[in-house]
Amino acid sequence: MEVKGFAHKYGDNVDTDVIIPARHLNTADHKELAAHCMEDIDPEFVKKVQPGDIMVGGFNFGCGSSREHAPIAIKESGITCVIAKTFARIFYRNAINIGLPILECEEASEKIQAGDEVSINFDTGLITNLTRGESYQALPFPAFIKEIMSKGGLLNSIR
Amino acid sequence: MGMTMTQKILAAHAGLEEVVPGQLIRAKLDMVLGNDITSPVAINEFEKAGFEQVFDKSKVSMVMDHFTPNKDIKAAEQCRQCRTFAKSFGIENFYDVGAMGVEHALLPEKGLVAAGDCIIGADSHTCTYGALGAFSTGVGSTDMAAGMATGEAWFKVPEAIRFNITGKLSENVSGKDVILHIIGLIGVDGALYQSMEFMGDGLINLSMDDRLCMANMAIEAGAKNGIFMVDEITREYMDQRVNRPYKVYEPDQDAVYVRTIDIDLSRIRPTISFPHLPENTRTIDEVGNIDIQQVVIGSCTNGRLSDMRIAAEIMKGKKVHPEVRAIVIPATQSIYMDCIKLGYLETFIEAGCVVSTPTCGPCLGGHMGILAAHERCVATTNRNFVGRMGHITSEIYLASPAVAAASAITGKISSPEEVL
Repeated sequence: MEVKGFAHKYGDNVDTDVIIPARHLNTADHKELAAHCMEDIDPEFVKKVQPGDIMVGGFNFGCGSSREHAPIAIKESGITCVIAKTFARIFYRNAINIGLPILECEEASEKIQAGDEVSINFDTGLITNLTRGESYQALPFPAFIKEIMSKGGLLNSIR
Repeated sequence: MGMTMTQKILAAHAGLEEVVPGQLIRAKLDMVLGNDITSPVAINEFEKAGFEQVFDKSKVSMVMDHFTPNKDIKAAEQCRQCRTFAKSFGIENFYDVGAMGVEHALLPEKGLVAAGDCIIGADSHTCTYGALGAFSTGVGSTDMAAGMATGEAWFKVPEAIRFNITGKLSENVSGKDVILHIIGLIGVDGALYQSMEFMGDGLINLSMDDRLCMANMAIEAGAKNGIFMVDEITREYMDQRVNRPYKVYEPDQDAVYVRTIDIDLSRIRPTISFPHLPENTRTIDEVGNIDIQQVVIGSCTNGRLSDMRIAAEIMKGKKVHPEVRAIVIPATQSIYMDCIKLGYLETFIEAGCVVSTPTCGPCLGGHMGILAAHERCVATTNRNFVGRMGHITSEIYLASPAVAAASAITGKISSPEEVL
């Protein structure tokens, strides 16, 4: 599987409170959540994001609350992959469980700049920066996780 | 290879003799928890997947604590969805307004969690129950849905950091100061994907409330879980509450830790986390002059009876500073009742505090104390992220109940010694 899109870039410790502030958690509606995605860190995000885009963060992406609303909002906004140096562990499993692809790659996180066009091959973990003519190698998913992702999330995989 | 407490509990629940760090396992669950924010997402997924029953009606808990008593119509609809689900699936541990408390204060108090358990909760502070010697970790709503259906969850076996606790806390210092100190030391991702295992001869000097507070904030160091060695204090606490057998796991002598950090309790000073990350810690001696407009004393971190006692002792006979709104939230109905019996509520109200029914409310910027632009709050809660309690320019200073109570009186971040 391969995706291609433009990058939206953020720093270290992007927490789930800025990804989707708690004041919007009185709904579980995916579209409503996506309408407020990244609101407290980048109010322009929802206006800029295009289907197929990717998100890039630094260390400890998705730290804080366990709210699955955070990866849901990101996925529903049209983002097809999040790349970061490291992910907070609850965000990591939530993303896998709902079928939002995420990759850990320090080099990609450093070198990809906002607006770069990037393509990602999930089978090989190869990240290609089309704008800069560079490529970066992330570890592909282990088989166990690939299985969950390929079925579109945890519940489909255990049903 | 020797195993840590966490590894032993995970091995036992996966039906394996041994596990090693990095291994992916499926483990049987003793409790699956959700609240009024995370359960609706789980219920939607559970129903969409077509599951017809929960794996064990006594091993699912739902606590309506975040936006309750309902803050608006949408919150009310979410609680109704949980209520309807709980009724139709026969969930035994459903706690609604009038019975509910802040979930991580409530479950241990009700004896629903115990040593040796393997627990998931769709709330990041589920790591609190590690104070009882359980493996307990926060997950998302899909994990909750899968857990309710199958009674199992997948885990990657974590490495561990050992915290060797020695010494005795000084006066006006509590578990909150210890865990803030530790987060300041190792950072908000200092224990990422790892377990934090607390042991050592100083444990005897930490009360159950101190331990629950410390395990609660393990997530704030990025940890998968925090866990304490079980001792007489833990047993006494559980024996008064838990009506079933529990199992105590001790680490192997040759258990492997990625590192050991020595914590001498006698050296810990009142510690405050400055905006906007819990790792931005300073001791009270390094704070300077910071005016505040609000104080919140409560939450799953510090809403327990000893927290209320500490705050009441400091506020007794004094008045909250005229420019400060002080909000006190006993975490459960039982704690609330004890506060009435012990005269703490009278102390708080005479001092000029408002006392709320149990709710998570202001901690996550839900309701009951939202901050305006540029306002500053000293809170006994657990996170001081941008916008967590209100406007994105507002500021949260995380502190112990003693520092929060003293600050409410003086109107600036203050040491308890300044007002006692």
